[in-house]
Amino acid sequence: MTCGSDCEAAAVLEISGLSKSFGGFKAVSDVSLTVETRQIAAVIGPNGAGKSTLFNLITGHLQPDTGKVLLDGRNITGVAPHRMCRMGIGRSFQHTNIFPKLTVFENLQAAYLVHHGRGANFWRRSDSLYRTETTALLNSIGLLDQEDTIAGTLSYGNQKQLELGLALASDPRILLLDEPTAGMSATETENTIRLLERIASERDLTLLFTEHDMEVVFSIAQKIAVLHQGKIIAEGLPEAVRADAEVRRVYLGHGLVHER
Amino acid sequence: MTARRIPWVLIVFLFAATIPWVGTRYDTFLAEQIAIDALFAVSLNLLLGTTGLVSFGHVAYFGVGAYACGILMKTYELPFIIAFPAAGLCAALFALVSGYFCVRLIKLYFAMLTLAFSQIVWAICYKWNDLTGGDQGLPEIPFPNLDWMSSIPGLGDLRTNEQFYLLAIAIIAVCLAILYRITQSPFGRVLTTVRDNPERAAFIGVNVRAYQLAAFVVAGTFAGFAGALYGIFSRGVFADYVFWSKSAEVMIMALLGGIGFFWGPSVGALALVWLNQWITDFTQYWPFVLGTILLILLFAFPGGIVGGLHDLWIRLRGRRRA
Repeated sequence: MTCGSDCEAAAVLEISGLSKSFGGFKAVSDVSLTVETRQIAAVIGPNGAGKSTLFNLITGHLQPDTGKVLLDGRNITGVAPHRMCRMGIGRSFQHTNIFPKLTVFENLQAAYLVHHGRGANFWRRSDSLYRTETTALLNSIGLLDQEDTIAGTLSYGNQKQLELGLALASDPRILLLDEPTAGMSATETENTIRLLERIASERDLTLLFTEHDMEVVFSIAQKIAVLHQGKIIAEGLPEAVRADAEVRRVYLGHGLVHER
Repeated sequence: MTARRIPWVLIVFLFAATIPWVGTRYDTFLAEQIAIDALFAVSLNLLLGTTGLVSFGHVAYFGVGAYACGILMKTYELPFIIAFPAAGLCAALFALVSGYFCVRLIKLYFAMLTLAFSQIVWAICYKWNDLTGGDQGLPEIPFPNLDWMSSIPGLGDLRTNEQFYLLAIAIIAVCLAILYRITQSPFGRVLTTVRDNPERAAFIGVNVRAYQLAAFVVAGTFAGFAGALYGIFSRGVFADYVFWSKSAEVMIMALLGGIGFFWGPSVGALALVWLNQWITDFTQYWPFVLGTILLILLFAFPGGIVGGLHDLWIRLRGRRRA
């Protein structure tokens, strides 16, 4: 980082006035949100609140009807996913998204090859490229002992770990995680949270994630935005959000403070 | 692991190179057919097995290569050394143009568009009399000038078609080596990510369509090379070669051999050509036998011949260790 003391408060991701309708249904309406450098921010909300749609708008999988997404002040609205990845956005998906027929090692190595712009090289043997980096990352996400396993045969929790590794290999400025603990057991959830915390601090990462498990959210998020029916109804420090009357009403009204 | 060290590929190549001396003329004919089909099927498998693109129109690029080489050598009397690369280039250019549109569609729609392009090529070959000879085709394509080969000791006694066979398998060996190298390269690895999960591939930074198009062009080029050799081998190029059933045939070869393995389609080409010859000695119902074989294969050995052998090998090794 070359910036001085004001770097701390600089916004990595700025979303302003983002809206998206499907037919007549407003999935996301006028959402604005700022995530600062090295912040761990969460978007929470009941199922169907528009969390995934919001993520897909940010990462270019969907085109917004209105609004802008800025990364380090640069407009990246509607940029193709592969470009966005190269600009420094890493993401994981709600439904695990890995390369199931490749080995764990090959999964991450492929991500390094692409990140370093070697993908168009059709003559060198790929075996020996980026071994050190890949091994280090495997170690960091705790999958080193499984490096030769075919990724599709990993346990669900391990697949999620691998997916995190895929997102990290492109050395992102900000990591967007769509429900990183969805479908996990209590132990797996706990491990994942610890892993995320450690990796975020090791790599000075900025994190934005969606989640419906309140315990997960309050244990690591420094900033929380509550999405309800496509709108942000509260935003701020975890304690403030927890105390917010509107949030309590929405969550209690749905009876799902703990959804699962 | 020691079995892996046996250079099977080299052995097969050397064996193939001795066929004109140890085999009959008919053996040489079959071997050449198999070698050309093997290159054609392996080129298709770069799309099918490596990139996950199901092309139903791969014969179009084979055909463009065959016609381009044939027309250049017969009509324009250009030497093989110019006509052959030019045939690959024509196939590549056509693959670039048609592929540009095809990769914009996915799955069945992609497959149908590749089929549509191949039928367009067939229609042009069938109707454009001045250029392609129309339904008469282009008979009597000359052999390349192989005088240089006759001056090599030991090769001088061979017939021209046997000399051409040696040239053809040498070219095919080089082409297969290049294709193998490509599948082992970073580019090849990225293609497998596109096959496994295009959505995720985009989010490790892969421009999915660009890679699919690149694979399409490479596969088309090598299919073009196979076609160019085939035209000379069969002493003529005819619209039949470009008919869509040929695309199905090469796809059956790939599936029969196993699309999960680089050499699978070559084994499939060997099996299919050989089975065809052998079975037609007994019965005229070859399509019926072929259908039955395919049916058994798809249900019992979805990994093809090589996949089945590979599984067997793993199981035997496991038992020996236990």
